Amino acid sequence: MLETRLGDFEEVIMLMIGILEAEDAYSFRIVQEFKSQTGRTVSIGAAHATLDRLETKGFLRSEIREGSATRGGRRKRIYAITALGKRVLKESMEFKVTLWKQYPAFAGKFNMSF
Amino acid sequence: MKNTDSPPRLPLRILRIFIRTELMDEVTGDLKELYDMSRLTRSRFICRLIIWYEVIHYLRPFALRKTKFIFVNPYCMYKSYFKTSLRGMFKNKLHTFINITGLSVAMATVLIIVMWVGNELAYEKNFKNYQRIGQVLQNVTNNGYVQTWNSIPYPLADEVRKNYGSDFVHVVLTSGKYPHLLASETKKLNKSGLYAEPDFTTMLTLSMLAGSADAIKDPSSVLLSASTANAYFGEADPIGQIMTIDREFTVKVAGVYEDIPTNSIFSDMHFIAAWDLLFNGTGWIKHMEDPWRPNAFSLYVQLADHATFEEASAKIKDAKLKKVSEALAKKKPELFIHPMSQWHLYDKFENGKLVGGRIQYVRLFGIVGSFVLLMACINFMNLSTAQSEKRAKEVGIRKAIGSIRSQLVAQFFSESILTAFFSLALALLLMQLMMPFFNAVAGKNMSMQWNNVLWWLIGIIFTIVIGLIAGSYPALYLSSISAGKAIKGVHKGGHHAIPRKVLVTVQFTVSVVLMVGTAVVFLQIKHAKDRPVGYSANGLIAVPPMSPDIHKHFDVVKSELVKSGAIVAMAEAVSPTTEQWSSSSQFDWKGKDPDLSVDFPTYGVSHDYGETIGWEIKGGRDFSRDRLSDSTALILNESAVAYMGLKNPIGETIRWGGQAFEVIGVIGDIVVRSPYEPVSPTIYFLSTSEENFLIMRINPTFATTAALDKIETVCKKYNADIPFTYEFTDEAYARKFGNEERVGTLATIFATLAILISCLGIFGLSSFMAEQRTKEIGVRKVLGASLFDLWRLMSKDFVLLVLISCVIAVPTAYTILSSWLENFQYRLGIPWWTFLLATFGTLFITMLTVSWHTISVARVNPVKSLRAE
Repeated sequence: MLETRLGDFEEVIMLMIGILEAEDAYSFRIVQEFKSQTGRTVSIGAAHATLDRLETKGFLRSEIREGSATRGGRRKRIYAITALGKRVLKESMEFKVTLWKQYPAFAGKFNMSF
Repeated sequence: MKNTDSPPRLPLRILRIFIRTELMDEVTGDLKELYDMSRLTRSRFICRLIIWYEVIHYLRPFALRKTKFIFVNPYCMYKSYFKTSLRGMFKNKLHTFINITGLSVAMATVLIIVMWVGNELAYEKNFKNYQRIGQVLQNVTNNGYVQTWNSIPYPLADEVRKNYGSDFVHVVLTSGKYPHLLASETKKLNKSGLYAEPDFTTMLTLSMLAGSADAIKDPSSVLLSASTANAYFGEADPIGQIMTIDREFTVKVAGVYEDIPTNSIFSDMHFIAAWDLLFNGTGWIKHMEDPWRPNAFSLYVQLADHATFEEASAKIKDAKLKKVSEALAKKKPELFIHPMSQWHLYDKFENGKLVGGRIQYVRLFGIVGSFVLLMACINFMNLSTAQSEKRAKEVGIRKAIGSIRSQLVAQFFSESILTAFFSLALALLLMQLMMPFFNAVAGKNMSMQWNNVLWWLIGIIFTIVIGLIAGSYPALYLSSISAGKAIKGVHKGGHHAIPRKVLVTVQFTVSVVLMVGTAVVFLQIKHAKDRPVGYSANGLIAVPPMSPDIHKHFDVVKSELVKSGAIVAMAEAVSPTTEQWSSSSQFDWKGKDPDLSVDFPTYGVSHDYGETIGWEIKGGRDFSRDRLSDSTALILNESAVAYMGLKNPIGETIRWGGQAFEVIGVIGDIVVRSPYEPVSPTIYFLSTSEENFLIMRINPTFATTAALDKIETVCKKYNADIPFTYEFTDEAYARKFGNEERVGTLATIFATLAILISCLGIFGLSSFMAEQRTKEIGVRKVLGASLFDLWRLMSKDFVLLVLISCVIAVPTAYTILSSWLENFQYRLGIPWWTFLLATFGTLFITMLTVSWHTISVARVNPVKSLRAE
């Protein structure tokens, strides 16, 4: 069986990083994007913990940038998806698509191309 | 404005405590952005809450700061702490001795006080309906002053039941609780008991050992307490036995209830008989002219579930006023309910308001106990900090080897907790030894509860807390010294001598206050004891009424006793000389304000009474046997004359309940009730009741025991079956001081303890000072300082501290004692010399203690003290 290695929440968080512009991918913004996209709220701490875990797994990398005045000059940690991360995301999606295709109710009606 | 609208600081500060340092910056930044953004749409309060929420959500493993040190084998470390602590204790034997002695004495004291307070607070708690029972009391206005009486007229019970019954489950009328002659076929004893309505047993939820509590519904039944039943019938079955009460009522034992615990006002209630028995069998109650007049009975109630004491009190407030005659209505009787939970500790009313009672002593001893304990803790801290210079090196080395601060804190705390546990062991031993003595002083019957797990738990927690308090200063302060400074010796005891001095000052302040307090308590007691009582109590005895036969043969008995030489005089009176049981408001005299309602104590005596007790005739004459008209004569005391404003009292007519009486004499005031209060205006009249007490003066040339034997033999002739009892008037009078003497004794004990502990403290401190300054003293000696110079040098600091303490203590003591003395109307002004005495006493003791070490150090040959190193 294929190991997706990504939880649902982790996957969405990574996608948020992909969606956001490079400069904006730090925890506060990621949480905001998550909120507007999903309508669910999550605490910064929870997102931060996930980001930290994804970085340890090697799916994300991060670097420190000087903060703007809106942050009171505080530095921020910008996240970006690594090559490994991209591959894992893709695998996860493809795995799901194959599963969808085997679902009889949808068989044949499902038309996705990459 | 921008400044005021920034994220709240407190959560950020909390965040800083636990979060990994490298995360702090970015998280703060995020939170600020979040806050600013939320502020656009939401209130400040909500935004603050959001920040709190976010901070709390950062409590996740990834964000927490990692501790630098991981205990690999904590057990090993604790073993080491234990061992070093023990070694340290053995090395500094004096230090250890002072700490353990001081702490154990203080702990024993505090634990005893805790037991005592627990006992006091547990009064009446054994009754199941404890929270719902109350007694109906009344506030009556008497001459402009509101008095609170706990007795009520008997028709009130029916009145409350009928018209206010919805608030109560039970309304129970009882007689007062007095000793009665309770006789079985074989035994006659005086036992306290009362007559009560049947609901009484249900209300108190008495647990019956035999028979039934309901049996009391039958007026010919009596219930006995277990100990009473045992005293009369031993092993035999008490149920169904026939007994008599006061030789008037014949009753059948219908039940036995478990003895009521000693911490209850009902503890001496040894029998309960039926109210109907008393009511139907006693003429004066049944055929009273105005049953609302005599306040001679008690009324207890149990509240219904929906009622509260306040509401019920408000409802029944005027229940009596509405019923009484116009004359009595002048007294404006107001009823209220005194909850059972307050009976013991809150029972003092002044001008109709509850002003406290025994609770004051509970608080007082609580405070004193805490102070004693505080002082012992102060000693511990002081000695530890004084030692800190020595220990600082140890700390330095430990740190250099790699101890972290938390380990040092743990070490110091384990030392102090160990000391506290040694003290606990000693304290328990001390308590066991002191308990009988304490019981005697406090009039209690407490014992050590060795089997009580709760007590052990409290004791152990208490010990740990003491250990933590006592060890807090050294543990937190010493462990903070940096290794380098400590080893180099940069750290000196100098700058933290200030807290140490403050602690010593606190100790001595407490000691001086307690010393002055003790002195004043005893002086006040002596002051009241020295008060002229107005008669001679020496050799005076009061014999309770026995049989009417003695009354009938009064003259024969008297002449027989006088002839035998046992007594010199004998009289009759309605109550002992030290008590006053009746009063009347039905007096009218010339010039009395018609609206005035005032109670005068009345005191019935026989012709020879004045001569027997030796009262002082100030004007007019005493009652005389030769004048028959004296049956309508009155004698007033000086207070009464002054109160009524009679210029020429002799021959004046006073109407008592409408009947005219003539004032034939005025006597000097006699102290009857409280020796601390002014003598009430009292009216003396001739009484020929069969129920009178016999008052006799024993012949001073006759041996007292022989005289008493003689009196008993003669009394027995006329009264074979009632036990002969008597009471010395001077002893009865001395009992009035019992409470204050108890306070005095306890104050002495506490003052002694406080001084002992303070002295232990400075004894230890001075020993360290002396040790520290050994070299300095050596040098000074070489340079020619005399023994006296050195002694002065070293005592100076302590003397100064004691003087400062006295300056603080004097006004404190003055304030506290003035308010204590306000409890007494007959009181002394606080003599100035007590302060002086306490100051000099403390100074003297301090110097004595300090000199022990300073002189021994000062006498050492400088060659010896300078040779070291």
